[in-house]
Amino acid sequence: MSIASALKARDPAQLPSKRDEDWRWTDLRGLLRVLPPPAGPVDLAGLGTGPFDALATQTHILAGGREAVEIVVPAQGEATLALRVVSRGEAALSTRASVRVGRGAKLRLFESYEGDAGAYVTHVGLEIVLEEGAALERIVLAADGDDGVLVSQAQVALGARAEYGQTVVTSGARRQRLETAVDHPGADAKVRLDGAYLLAGKRHADLTTVVRHLGVDGTTSQLAKGVVRDQARAIFQGRIVVEEGADRTDARMGHHALILSDQAEVDARPELLIHADDVQCAHGNTIGRLDEEALFYMRQRGLPEAAARGLLIEAFVGEVADRMWNEAAREPIRAWLAERLAG
Amino acid sequence: MLSISNLRAEVDGNEILKGLSLEVPSGEVHAIMGPNGAGKSTLSYVLTGREGYEVTGGTATLDGEDLLALDPAERAAKGVFLSFQYPLEIPGVPALTFIRTAMNAQRKARGEPEVSAPEFLKLAKATAAALKIEFDMLKRALNVGFSGGEKKRMEIFQMAMLSPRFLILDETDSGLDIDALRIVSDGVNAMRSPDRSMLVITHYQRLLDYIKPDRVHVLSAGRIVASGGPELALELEREGYDKYARAA
Ligand SMILES: Nc1ncnc2c1ncn2[C@@H]1O[C@H](COP(=O)(O)OP(=O)(O)OP(=O)(O)O)[C@@H](O)[C@H]1O
Ligand SMILES: [Mg+2]
Repeated sequence: MSIASALKARDPAQLPSKRDEDWRWTDLRGLLRVLPPPAGPVDLAGLGTGPFDALATQTHILAGGREAVEIVVPAQGEATLALRVVSRGEAALSTRASVRVGRGAKLRLFESYEGDAGAYVTHVGLEIVLEEGAALERIVLAADGDDGVLVSQAQVALGARAEYGQTVVTSGARRQRLETAVDHPGADAKVRLDGAYLLAGKRHADLTTVVRHLGVDGTTSQLAKGVVRDQARAIFQGRIVVEEGADRTDARMGHHALILSDQAEVDARPELLIHADDVQCAHGNTIGRLDEEALFYMRQRGLPEAAARGLLIEAFVGEVADRMWNEAAREPIRAWLAERLAG
Repeated sequence: MLSISNLRAEVDGNEILKGLSLEVPSGEVHAIMGPNGAGKSTLSYVLTGREGYEVTGGTATLDGEDLLALDPAERAAKGVFLSFQYPLEIPGVPALTFIRTAMNAQRKARGEPEVSAPEFLKLAKATAAALKIEFDMLKRALNVGFSGGEKKRMEIFQMAMLSPRFLILDETDSGLDIDALRIVSDGVNAMRSPDRSMLVITHYQRLLDYIKPDRVHVLSAGRIVASGGPELALELEREGYDKYARAA
């Protein structure tokens, strides 16, 4: 992974730049002329609780001084775990997590990226393997600081009949990329790949996903929704590749964004690359503004303008929370979104 | 209650209301009829404060208070309710959630306490039953995918829930089937009271058979050009607007 090695060598030349096609909207090399020193050990006692501690039976921490974690759920097992990635101060942090869910096992994984106000540069590399019939729901809450830079890259491999559900929720960072690549074997495996972004100020978030359907009878359902205001910028790059012979693939992708100011920007690149004949694929991409007529209607009923806007926006992104499998997690995610909207 | 004097308003620089005057005393129901494009919906939007409808002259007061100085939510809290000719869809917001939010916003603006959840639910159930609305429908996103008639019925449901003082019904009868027209009219009639007034905009006498107006006005080319008792509606039904189009 080039970002990990760039951080290790403190060599910005190894960072991806806008000349790399997949990074053209999230230029790191142009942004980071020098890289900060490696993060020193973090005082775990002073960390406080994470956003998902109450939901999980065990919490893993990735931070300075503890850069790798391995999570294994044995066959037929079941677990609910939290994984906190903690970025502190002007430092480079390169972390790795490997997650293996055994045959028929179930894992709910709550990841939180927790940054402070420092000019940190953090990389998270995840290797995720679901064996046959395994299920993983991965919820990622990216709560970075204004000056932080974070790149998370997950590589997901699925066995037959595996079920992989992902919901990424972010408020962006100085520059942030949340990337997921899934190798989809078909074989009645199911993938749900959702995201929500709420960006304000000068924040940037990039949701990039690649799903490769390699065999017959696979399902992918993707919904990304977001709201940008001020001078914020969101990137959505969703690519679904259906390889030759991956017949009876059912793949659906939707990306819908609201732009609330003239200086905010959303760049979207939905791509369906289909090399098989017998497939059901669809994608929809809309970028618009709040419906002014609906706003007037709501105000006529007595809602002050700000409340009317808030309710419309909350409902807009709330759809993403409603698709999460784990009902207990919907409420904290909705609350976090509502808090960002109020702020 | 409502007093409009010499009201002028324009949309995109075109004058639509051209010196409109109208008095609706407390407890009365007044009907407004008039040809397409006369400015009936424009009047309802001006009274409720929609952006883009610029008042260039005249006054509109509710119980002596200047309506035109208030923002739309403040007018709603004062008791002004508009049943829209074309109700809007509110994606992702269940009807009940929406109405409870609106009710509490109005109460807050009036300095009243919030409605309690059980109290609200009880009221919603009784109101839905009276208007023959399936309760499950109230859990769906407001108006999203509702039929034209269902949307109109939902307007009256909201009206009954919010209990406004001044009601504007803009073609609430259009899109309603015969049974729904009766149910909705019953709902509106149930709200008639000495301290509540209504402005009923319609093209058809049939609605006025159910909701009996105290006065009927003809709005043509941005002005009230004739006023009379309920018999005026019958005359219009027979003879059309020709004579008033000329008068305007
Ligand atoms: N944005 C606009 N720009 C210019 N003219 C407008 C605009 N909006 C409305 N109008 C015009 O204002 C006039 C009055 O419209 P309004 O909707 O008030 O009529 P109405 O009496 O309610 O008609 P209907 O019976 O068909 O509902 C119409 O001629 C209409 O075309
Ligand atoms: Mg009209």
